[in-house]
Parts: sequence; C-alpha cells; structure tokens
Amino acid sequence: MTISREDIEKVAVLARIRLDEEQIPALEKDLGNILSLVDELSAADTDNVEPLAHPLDAVQRLRADEVTESNQREAFQAIAPATENGLYLVPRVIE
Amino acid sequence: MHNKSVAELSRELESGKISSVELTREFLDRIKAEDSQYNSFITVTEEQAMADAKAADEKRAAGKAEVWTGVPFAHKDIFCTNGATTTAGSKMLANFVPPYDATVTANFRAAGAVCLGKTNMDEFAMGSSNESSFFGPVTNPWGLSNGEKRVPGGSSGGSAAAIAARLTPAATATDTGGSIRQPAALCGITGLKPTYGRVSRFGMIAFASSLDQGGTMARTAEDNALMLNVMAGFDPKDSTSADRAVPDYTATLNEPLKGLRVGLPKEYFSDQLSPAMEQQVRNAVKEYEKLGATVKEVSLPHAKLAIAAYYVIAPAEASANLSRFDGVRYGYRCDDPRDLSDLYTRTRAEGFGGEVKRRILVGTYALSAGYFDAYYLKAQKVRRLIQQDFINAFKDVDVLMSPVSPSPAFVQGEKTNDPVTMYLEDIFTIAVNLAGVPAMSVPAGFVDGLPVGLQVIGNYFEEARLLNVAHQFQQVTDWHQKLPQ
Repeated sequence: MTISREDIEKVAVLARIRLDEEQIPALEKDLGNILSLVDELSAADTDNVEPLAHPLDAVQRLRADEVTESNQREAFQAIAPATENGLYLVPRVIE
Repeated sequence: MHNKSVAELSRELESGKISSVELTREFLDRIKAEDSQYNSFITVTEEQAMADAKAADEKRAAGKAEVWTGVPFAHKDIFCTNGATTTAGSKMLANFVPPYDATVTANFRAAGAVCLGKTNMDEFAMGSSNESSFFGPVTNPWGLSNGEKRVPGGSSGGSAAAIAARLTPAATATDTGGSIRQPAALCGITGLKPTYGRVSRFGMIAFASSLDQGGTMARTAEDNALMLNVMAGFDPKDSTSADRAVPDYTATLNEPLKGLRVGLPKEYFSDQLSPAMEQQVRNAVKEYEKLGATVKEVSLPHAKLAIAAYYVIAPAEASANLSRFDGVRYGYRCDDPRDLSDLYTRTRAEGFGGEVKRRILVGTYALSAGYFDAYYLKAQKVRRLIQQDFINAFKDVDVLMSPVSPSPAFVQGEKTNDPVTMYLEDIFTIAVNLAGVPAMSVPAGFVDGLPVGLQVIGNYFEEARLLNVAHQFQQVTDWHQKLPQ
C-alpha cells in the first residue's frame, strides 16, 4: 500500500496541519507502512456483519432539557491565548 | 514507609504511627531526590499536596477518616485537575491549567487522597514507550543498574515507573490499546483496565473515545481494588458511562479460586512471543492450577486482525477529537498568525509532535470521502467479529490468561524509527479494548532481570473477579514485591 504525495498534502489540508516540504518523504514511508498494516482488514469476510461503534452497543442517553451549568466565561477565557471584552480574538476573517 | 502498599499506609495512618503530612513529605522528598533519573513526573504539586495532607490529618483528628484519607497517590497527566497544569504530554497543553476537575479527580478529592503530582505519558496517550512525550522520555527503574536506559512502556509509563521506583504507592492511568497493562508489565507492577464505561471519561483528555478507559495502577491487586472503589461509577457527565451498581471490589478478594475456569487463547501464544516470556506465563498458569483452576486452550480467531482494526478506528477517532486544538480557546497558539488558516495550521504543526500528527493524518485519510467504507466501516465490522470471539470464549471459561507484551522492556530508541514496529508492542492487548472487556496485568516473573506481566482478561463488568484472581496469585507469589536495584 502506498500513499501519494498529493494524498498527503490533501489530508494535511483537511486536518489543518501545515507540512514542510522536507517532512513529506518520511510521511510517505510511515503512512504507507501504517496503511499496509491496516490493509489486512480487506481480507476479512465481513458480509452481513453489523459495524460495532460502541462495545456495549449503548445508544446515546438523553437528559432533561434543563439548565445545569452556570456561566463561567471569565474562568474559561482566563486560559485563552487572546480575548477582549469577553470575546475570543482570531486574525481578521472578513476584510 | 515508601515500600508499603496503599492498604498498609492507610492502616499506619489509622493507627497514628505516621501523619499524612509526614507521609506526604516523605514521598515528595523521594520524588525530589530521585525522579531526575526517571522523569516520571511532569508536574509535582507540592504546595497543594501539603495543604491536602494537613486537611486530611485534621479530618482524621475529627474522627472522620476513611480508607483513602491522607494517602498519597499521583494522577496521569491526562486527568484534568482544577488549578494544576494538565498537559497530556503535549506542547499543545504545556501551559493548560484546567478550570475544572475530571470526575476521577473529583472522586479522589472527595475520598481525601493526597495527589503528589501529574505523571509523564506519551503525547495524548499515543505510544507504547513513553518516548513521544513533549516532556522527554521516562526511564524504567528496571535495568538502570546495568546502565541501560529502558522504556517503561506507554502510554501510562510515568505512572508505572513512579510506582516501581516507590515515588508513589499508586497512580491513575488510562488504556486505549494497552496503555495500562503494557507499562504495568514492563515495570513489574499491577494494573487494571476496567470495562469500557466503568470509569467516567469526563475530564480525561480524549484520544479515541470508543476505546479510552481510565483505570488503576499500584503494586498489589488489593490496592487496585481500593482505587477502583473510588473511580468506578455512573457519571451523567459522560454519555458512555455505564449505569450499573458498583460492588465493593475489596469484598471478594479472598474468595478461593477452586473451580476457576481459565482459557489460554492459542493466538496469544504465537511465535511473536519469545520462548523465555512464554515460559514465565506458563509457570504462572501452573500456579493457578495449584490454586484449583482448570485450564483449557481456547481460540480468538479474529485476534490477528485487532491491530489493523485498531489503527483505523483509533486514529479516526483521534483525528476528530484533536480537531478541538485550534489555538483559539485554550492551549498553544503560534506567534503572529497571518490569517485564520495560518493560525490553525501552524498552531497544530508546532503544537503536536510527530506521532500525534501521523495519527491525525491517518485518521483523516481513513475518514475522507471515498475511503470511509473501505477503512472505518470495515474496521468497525471487524471489531464486531473480535468482540464475538470474546463473547464465545466466555461461554466456556471465566477468565483468559496470556502474556501482556511480546518481550520485556526494550532499550530507549530501539523502536522509534518505524511506527509499525512500535504498534506491534500492543499485539496482545489491543483486542481487549476493541471488545471493551476488562483486563489486568499482574507481575509474573522475570526474563533477564526484567519484569514479565501476566494478562488476565475477564467478561464485561467482572473487575471484582479479575481482582480476586490477581490477589490470590499474589498471596502465593512475590513477583509484585520485587524491587528494582
């Protein structure tokens, strides 16, 4: 199993991780090896097998629609990289 | 005092032979004097520990002490601790001080235990050697006397090494593919990964949510039982928490094992296992026969597919979970972002280490358009086959026994060049996580002076039985009492 440079670049964009040119050859090798490892799955007979998402086959539990948490904006924003007037700051998005 | 178990320390405190302040001081001093050679702690919370110890002594003086009151322990640095840095072994969270407690953290606080600090781990729990930590590798106390720097296993390597080095009597840990059992085995201590959903995941930094499970590490099975008594239980804050009654895990430790039906999965005694390791595991099984157990060979026919299924499911879930680290609300942020895209991509490129990035990329690939069915859906189907193997096996036997790892602790750097070589370290532990059943690692001998672990796997929610099985073994063996030189 191989993974192409183009695939790696595309996946890096989807994952929002910047890659430098010199990292790509090692990733081609490592990701290729990992995908070869997982390729064993294709040989397994899984006809009529239901996918298992949760080991106990539990379904999502719903709670009553009630307010249970108090507002802790100050505490939460105290650990943010940049805030102003109760807002999170990011670089300008709309010119 | 540092060689005593949690149960013994609890009795010493109760008898008044030592105060929690004195005991806590002793462990803090040991960490200060010795941890430079192991690097098992990322953060030592000395001030808070001493304050908690003082409060515990006052509680005891008022006649309100319980089992854990004033007993020191440590948290794997994956459990959020209100007011104390919680890093998950990553640069991304190097300065993250959570504004809340994980449920597990809150439970230990309520029990009156004294947290000494936060233990080192593979970054975001991704690793089997503790070499992917941003805070440097952990060195296994075993082998050090020969001048060898060996890995403690991972990802809970800091917790395991700290217990082996007697820097703490117990520590919390987590297990997604073997991260409690493998380091417990490599460091010669006892560890338990409970049934998926038994211990709350709230405030436990997520890696792969359908596999992650918090658990226990200590020297003895009895101490693991004392820990699980504090940790287990339903938590409405965790949507996958199991709503089932919690037994007193110490109540059944002394049940006799006569008639216990032990299964040996033949796939776990394969040629990947070194003959010397196999001998130790078989010797341990013989001890169980002496205790009245009957032993038969069983089969987990799909176990060989576990690594492949795991390395689709775990990275896929990790890629989704770790998308939250974007440099906006908390954690690391790159300098001078040019625009929003630059903020995201550079923050993540600089904040995550190599193994974490590899897994995010693999997971993103497996979930991307055109590949979802072939990888993720296929892996989930194989996961059901693996689960069915365990369900079938437990129709005939009470517990399964196997090795934990294919070889004992290896030398640092030996397996870091090829991720796949490292992944195979978990060949005997991963299927358990996919099925969601509980399993333990119990010290069961030595190969070349290095500890060997026996894996004991139980049916769903049979932690009490596992602890009983491990405790009885520890009444007739002393592997768990051996000290690294």
